[in-house]
Amino acid sequence: MTDVLVVAEIEGGKVKKTTLSAITMAKQAGSSFSILAIGGPGTKAAAGELTGYGAAKVLVCEDASLANYVAEHYAPTVAEVGKAFGLVCATASTFGKDLIPRVAAKLDASYAGDCSGVKQDGGKIVYKRPMFAGNAFGYATLSTPIQTATARQSEFEAAAASGGSSPLEDVAKVAPGAAASRVEFVSLDAVKSDRPELTDASVIVSGGRALKEKFFEVLEPLADVLGSALGASRAACDAGYCPGDFQVGQTGKIVAPKLYFAIGISGAIQHIAGMKGSKTIVAINKDPDAPIFQIADYGLVADLFVAVPELVEKLKAHKAAS
Amino acid sequence: MKILVAIKRVADPDNANKVKPAGDKVDTTGLEWKLNPFDEYALETALRLTEDGKNNKVRKGEVVVVTIGPKDTETQLRSALATGADRAIRIDAEDANLDGRLVARALKSVVDAEKPDVVLLGKQVVDGDSNSVGQMLAELLDFPMATFAATIKEEADGKLLVGREVDGGVLTLRLTPPCLVTVDLRIVAPTSVISKHTADGFKYAHEGVRFAPLPAIMKAKKKPLDVKALADVAGGVDNASSYGGFEPPPARAAGVKVADVAELVTKLATEAKAI
Ligand SMILES: Cc1cc2nc3c(=O)[nH]c(=O)nc-3n(C[C@H](O)[C@H](O)[C@H](O)COP(=O)(O)OP(=O)(O)OC[C@H]3O[C@@H](n4cnc5c(N)ncnc54)[C@H](O)[C@@H]3O)c2cc1C
Ligand SMILES: Nc1ncnc2c1ncn2[C@@H]1O[C@H](COP(=O)(O)O)[C@@H](O)[C@H]1O
Repeated sequence: MTDVLVVAEIEGGKVKKTTLSAITMAKQAGSSFSILAIGGPGTKAAAGELTGYGAAKVLVCEDASLANYVAEHYAPTVAEVGKAFGLVCATASTFGKDLIPRVAAKLDASYAGDCSGVKQDGGKIVYKRPMFAGNAFGYATLSTPIQTATARQSEFEAAAASGGSSPLEDVAKVAPGAAASRVEFVSLDAVKSDRPELTDASVIVSGGRALKEKFFEVLEPLADVLGSALGASRAACDAGYCPGDFQVGQTGKIVAPKLYFAIGISGAIQHIAGMKGSKTIVAINKDPDAPIFQIADYGLVADLFVAVPELVEKLKAHKAAS
Repeated sequence: MKILVAIKRVADPDNANKVKPAGDKVDTTGLEWKLNPFDEYALETALRLTEDGKNNKVRKGEVVVVTIGPKDTETQLRSALATGADRAIRIDAEDANLDGRLVARALKSVVDAEKPDVVLLGKQVVDGDSNSVGQMLAELLDFPMATFAATIKEEADGKLLVGREVDGGVLTLRLTPPCLVTVDLRIVAPTSVISKHTADGFKYAHEGVRFAPLPAIMKAKKKPLDVKALADVAGGVDNASSYGGFEPPPARAAGVKVADVAELVTKLATEAKAI
């Protein structure tokens, strides 16, 4: 019978959709939950959005010093609020993965990271965790009085608003420790894009090393016609053909769209770990033995520089006809 | 600058699909032990931060590596010594009895004793895929941290300007030592790490990590390697995570090869109903 605290992810005065996966985790792991909305100016206004999900309370900590996320400034308040709960969780975005383990240490709590499932079993919470690049699932229980966890966004469906109106309650910022005085936020260089977010997209077009400097030139028209997000393999990111935050995989973003295109991607274990939950996988590769074909629903052995433009034309024609 | 690097071995990550999860364990028989790639990168980062890139045989500072694991993890420690670390510490423990909280607590004792300026870790161990020890350790030490680092520039006054890879872009923090950094993949690109001894604009010739030259492997056998008991550094903390069972992921049904783009579009439309 656990009371769960969900740490909402708020950026620029807006609740990020990632938060809704953590709410789903809280509902499955506990008997009741509250939400903590912590951030800079605009947080309180944004928190209003969170009152319709069935939380006992929506706690709000708004402070000018929290405008930019820095773990050392957030963790003391999250831990202070978290003390009253049996489980503190967030979504395993880079925000949740950075913050929650730090909070865990403050609470002397164990941590189950990047869970793909959670269930209650005889008063215990069992966390299902993908390990070994998704080649094993482990079922873990934690024995510290307070527990902490993060939810893999692609595995926890976004919670739907259930109506009702949770009360909003202000909480004061807890003064940070010495660590905070030795860290300075310098900048956040956001990759600007009108496309859907990778972890939230229903269609993803990913490109690999084969794209070279033509990554955008070749893939953008396809992403446009599909209304998809753009992703990449590590090799494409490392080479600078696209930004690093495009990386899909074990150590990048974990995605599970309805439709995933792997184009000029060989299908290394680490890449597959990040996309094999996709409903339909299409691979285009000129090497008929590329490992990606072992997990692709539809494989096309072809030179991508010929096949992709042709695919764009045929998709346009298909769209026009339907 | 003195740097402590936490490293751990993992079952060969490029063959992770050969593990056999069943019952209360994941059988990795037949898989070679390798250094966790992120820890390899953390070591490379430590070496770059303690040298002038132009003359990387001379260490300007000290690099200490530490692992928590059984006796045979000394193989990985010795290879880290051969690659350039000065000293090694092993905390004796069985892998199965460890969780992130305990590892962080043990590493805190080592940091307290060694007093490094910078603590470097990998962002995650690629078998457990936990991604938590660095964050926990930073909190226990009350150190500022930068996780998922893709770039580090040491400024003239010794502060570290760290570019972190986050969802949606790059977040830059400036840390004043003593501090902690966990490294991400792109930290080993040719211009990712620049120490204050290295000229601006310097580019490492090698992509990825350096390898130990043969004479260094011989010399590494003589470098100090201390062994400590886990109980002496764990501060009374025990493993609090237990795995009740493991299972393999569901297999994906085999797909088909299509003859051409036209067939692909037809199948996507009529069979998969995905477009
Ligand atoms: C610690 C660690 C973590 C990692 N994490 C990730 C991760 O999260 N995500 C990830 O993706 N990788 C990750 N990797 C890297 C991974 O092991 C592979 O190296 C990487 O995925 C390879 O990228 P790629 O498929 O684009 O390149 P390659 O393996 O070089 O494949 C390129 C493919 O393009 C094909 N090709 C070439 N030209 C054409 C053409 N004209 N038309 C069609 N096809 C063509 C080739 O046949 C080949 O199959 C990680 C590695 C390590 C060590
Ligand atoms: N047993 C260990 N011994 C030494 N360092 C470790 C150990 N386990 C984890 N680490 C360090 O913590 C980082 C993150 O590990 P994890 O949180 O387990 O994914 C690793 O990349 C290592 O730098």
